[in-house]
Amino acid sequence: MPGVPTPSNAKSHRDLTRALQKLLGRDAVLSRPEDLILYEYDGSVEKGRPDLVAFPGTTAEVSEIVRLAAKHDMPILGRGAGTGLSGGALARSGGLMLVFSRMNRILELDFDNQRAVVQPGVVNLDITRAVEHAGFYFAPDPSSQKSSTIGGNVAENAGGPHTLAQGVTTNHVTALELVLPSDGEIVRVGSKQGDSCSYDLTGLFVGSEGTLALVTEITVKLTRKPEAIKTLLAVFETVDDASETVADITARGITPAACEMLDGWTLRVIEDYIHAGFPMDSGAVLLLEVEGMLEAVTSQAAAIDEICRAHKAREVRVARDDKERDLLWKGRKNSFGALGRIASGIYVLDGVIPRSKLPQTLRRIQEIGTQFGFNIGNVFHAGDGNLHPIVLYDLRDNEQFQRALKASAEIIRYCVEVGGSLTGEHGIGMEKSELMPLLFSDADFDFMRRVHDAFNPKCSLNPGKIFPLGKGCGETRLKPHHVQTPKPEPTAAPAPPASVNAT
Amino acid sequence: MSAVTDSAVARLESVLGANAIFVAKAANRELYALDGVSPTAFAKPASAEQAAEIVRFAAKENLSVIPIGARTKLFCAPTPARYDVALDLTALDDVAHYDPADLTVSVGAGMPLAKLNTMLREQNQFVPLLVPYYTQSTIGGTIAAGLDSPLRNAYGTPRDFLLGAEFIDGNGAQIKTGGRVVKNVTGYDLHKLLIGSCGTLAAITRLNFRTFPLPATTQGFLAAFPDYKSALSARQKVIHSPLVPLTLDVLNAQAARLFDGHTNGTAPIPEIDSNHWYLFTEFSGNEDLLARYKRELAEIADQSQAGDMHILEDSTALAAMAARLRESIAHFQEHFAAPVIVKLALPPAQHTQAATVLQSIADAAKLPIAVIARASGPILIATSLQSEHSASGEATDFPISFLFAREILTLARSFGGRAQLISAPPQIKPAYRTIFRESLASERTLARRIKSAFDPNNLFPTLDAPAAPPTPPKSETSQSPSPSLAAAAQTDLPPSPPTPPPSKQS
Repeated sequence: MPGVPTPSNAKSHRDLTRALQKLLGRDAVLSRPEDLILYEYDGSVEKGRPDLVAFPGTTAEVSEIVRLAAKHDMPILGRGAGTGLSGGALARSGGLMLVFSRMNRILELDFDNQRAVVQPGVVNLDITRAVEHAGFYFAPDPSSQKSSTIGGNVAENAGGPHTLAQGVTTNHVTALELVLPSDGEIVRVGSKQGDSCSYDLTGLFVGSEGTLALVTEITVKLTRKPEAIKTLLAVFETVDDASETVADITARGITPAACEMLDGWTLRVIEDYIHAGFPMDSGAVLLLEVEGMLEAVTSQAAAIDEICRAHKAREVRVARDDKERDLLWKGRKNSFGALGRIASGIYVLDGVIPRSKLPQTLRRIQEIGTQFGFNIGNVFHAGDGNLHPIVLYDLRDNEQFQRALKASAEIIRYCVEVGGSLTGEHGIGMEKSELMPLLFSDADFDFMRRVHDAFNPKCSLNPGKIFPLGKGCGETRLKPHHVQTPKPEPTAAPAPPASVNAT
Repeated sequence: MSAVTDSAVARLESVLGANAIFVAKAANRELYALDGVSPTAFAKPASAEQAAEIVRFAAKENLSVIPIGARTKLFCAPTPARYDVALDLTALDDVAHYDPADLTVSVGAGMPLAKLNTMLREQNQFVPLLVPYYTQSTIGGTIAAGLDSPLRNAYGTPRDFLLGAEFIDGNGAQIKTGGRVVKNVTGYDLHKLLIGSCGTLAAITRLNFRTFPLPATTQGFLAAFPDYKSALSARQKVIHSPLVPLTLDVLNAQAARLFDGHTNGTAPIPEIDSNHWYLFTEFSGNEDLLARYKRELAEIADQSQAGDMHILEDSTALAAMAARLRESIAHFQEHFAAPVIVKLALPPAQHTQAATVLQSIADAAKLPIAVIARASGPILIATSLQSEHSASGEATDFPISFLFAREILTLARSFGGRAQLISAPPQIKPAYRTIFRESLASERTLARRIKSAFDPNNLFPTLDAPAAPPTPPKSETSQSPSPSLAAAAQTDLPPSPPTPPPSKQS
């Protein structure tokens, strides 16, 4: 088991540590258990402790680290802020973790072409902060955007509430610099303009969950701030009315900038904590935003107001100013933090469904909750059918945790049944890999494996992710996994702080 | 080299059963010719399963396969080194799923694009792909060709709205990727690799799209500018304004002739002046929005020294112009002798420098050059090599055309851009492809890895031109060390070495 080196690999381990220290400096390498333990979790419910953690400062260093690790037969993986929710940045097989927090420079701002070139460790929101003075922002806005890094966003193809109209991370990345795991080769794909003029390699690497290459530089699109924004809070008596409203808005071809739903139970927990102004006695609220040219915003807001009222909205409130708008969004983006106050374990799902199936799916989720004995909250991106059912459990109670996992699998199964998918923005990681056969055949896995092996032939980069056991690689080193081998948690760990902001 | 023998046909028929359609009649083979190379046989499977069966058979028999739709964009594929079986996928034209309320659709790759949009129109929706040969093209061929649509300014490119796909890999396995929901990060985004793959990776059998509501009332604006600087400066101002038009293109006069001589009832399309550059844009919305577009576009154009301005409110005339713009590549192919069409992927602020170079090439080399500079996309460049063919059809002046290509490559490289050959006469196509691949740097080796993952047996067309071009441009450049076209055009170039046409197989 990694972490408990056998004598033969202990020397190799020591040698690698020394080589890394020589390359990066002593303060850029962590090897003591008390340091490594900080990197064994992310925003998910999984764990995986690295054998070593290194903090590269340049692309050349990343390349050299890849070569050193290969020499010592040590698997590697990249990590940003560790806010991911699917275990993508966990060292499932132990190994050397590259944390990109020192590569956090914005290299170029090109407002004429609406592009920024950034290093992977730049925090998502810091891109917007660096460009807002010129009237721009970076559109993908995961709820973790205050802490999550662009490198992690690229690996997971992160979404967020405002990706409904603007698109997710992949729609905003035009070029990448990568270090290949096979030999540390540094390559560039894509172009500033965006068209590949070859195969769309950028499109392949974004969202590959850190299994094909390490990303060392990213060219992103900067979006012009809209001329007008209107934020509406529609209050409903029932979840059904709210979800029918969403289906109707979609069917009428209206694409708001954001369309978020919070059910009554969840919003009460949030309101208690944030005081965002959500009505405590409502069954569900929709947080809707329209943006663009003033004339378009006015007419879209009017149309949305009308649809909400047709579906028995009790009230449709328009945020009067930025302060009220920010408060409503603060409530939405801190939902998971609020829920963390009432339960030690939070399991956030990420299923996607066709939007017309929203009402029936939300009803089914409640049934599943009842069946497994959980109150399942829902706070999610309703407009694109991206559900976030939240199962709260007691971290110390393994039986309860196993039950939570079963309920979750049941919900995901239903999503697939109605034509949906396993994950909309969190990624497969090590969390959902065993559910992959719900969607993909053996032939599909063989094929994906060939694409994987084209870049990561020895499975030295981020092993044990995406592929279900037996279809992937690097499994001889795999640590036990919750879904596979239920293991009691001996002690109550504190709720991971990383999950507070995560979506 | 393998060929499809009669016995192979018989065996394939026995594999596929009586219902399979597999014909090897000589007369029909010509239909599937690519750069003058005809397949030995063609197969028109009735289902994806049958198509996979054919690919498996081909893999076993070591036959090369080219997946084919309506045959309108074969020009984008590399000249085949081997071409045994044309895999005609036009029979795979079913609608597997369309739920208007979800704004998603899943169709067979052989579905004609126009037919798809006619179906979607009933629900006031569409797939925003206005590509050349629109009325004939299949959706599979459209995605495989990856050609530009003017609507990308508002809707993006297929990579933004292709949700998933099914395809047959080089082993004949049926593979599924993505899904049919609008947001999905389950597994690798393999379907994005199919866009622009020109049949080199896989045979696409099904495609899932996000659909969009049809735009409201659409109007247009055409303004003439004294030069490219003012036209492009107006375009930059629109890009950086709150306006979000559906299309936004700058065209030189040569390109704007697309619109020439086309009248629709009472609304003639404005005449094109050969000295001018043009900004053409379409926009939609309610009355207030339309009024604002027209007002602000006129203001912007005015600030940039625009001459004639035309507000295009007549929907028939505007639709005719939009169709002409959509068909620009087809138009150049039809109206230019020996047309060479190139895509230059540069970010918009660099379009001005590019236009400077293109203008000087046109002036110095006396080449007719049509330029369409798309706001959110590349620059499309079309030229005619007509003057370079002697009466006997011998291509005596290829050095000029190669230098034209080199010049565009230099342009791409100097701004971190990319260049891609869209179409060229078969004689010079491999050479041009070789030149433009130089703009791809390290991507070329990664692309090869992708190719061998998709198609381990090299069943589908090879990515790179198979044979060395007849006259490698190197010999030219070594004779003129600074390969500036302007310079080349002014000096007498040494006669080019003999340029035999590439050996064609039949």
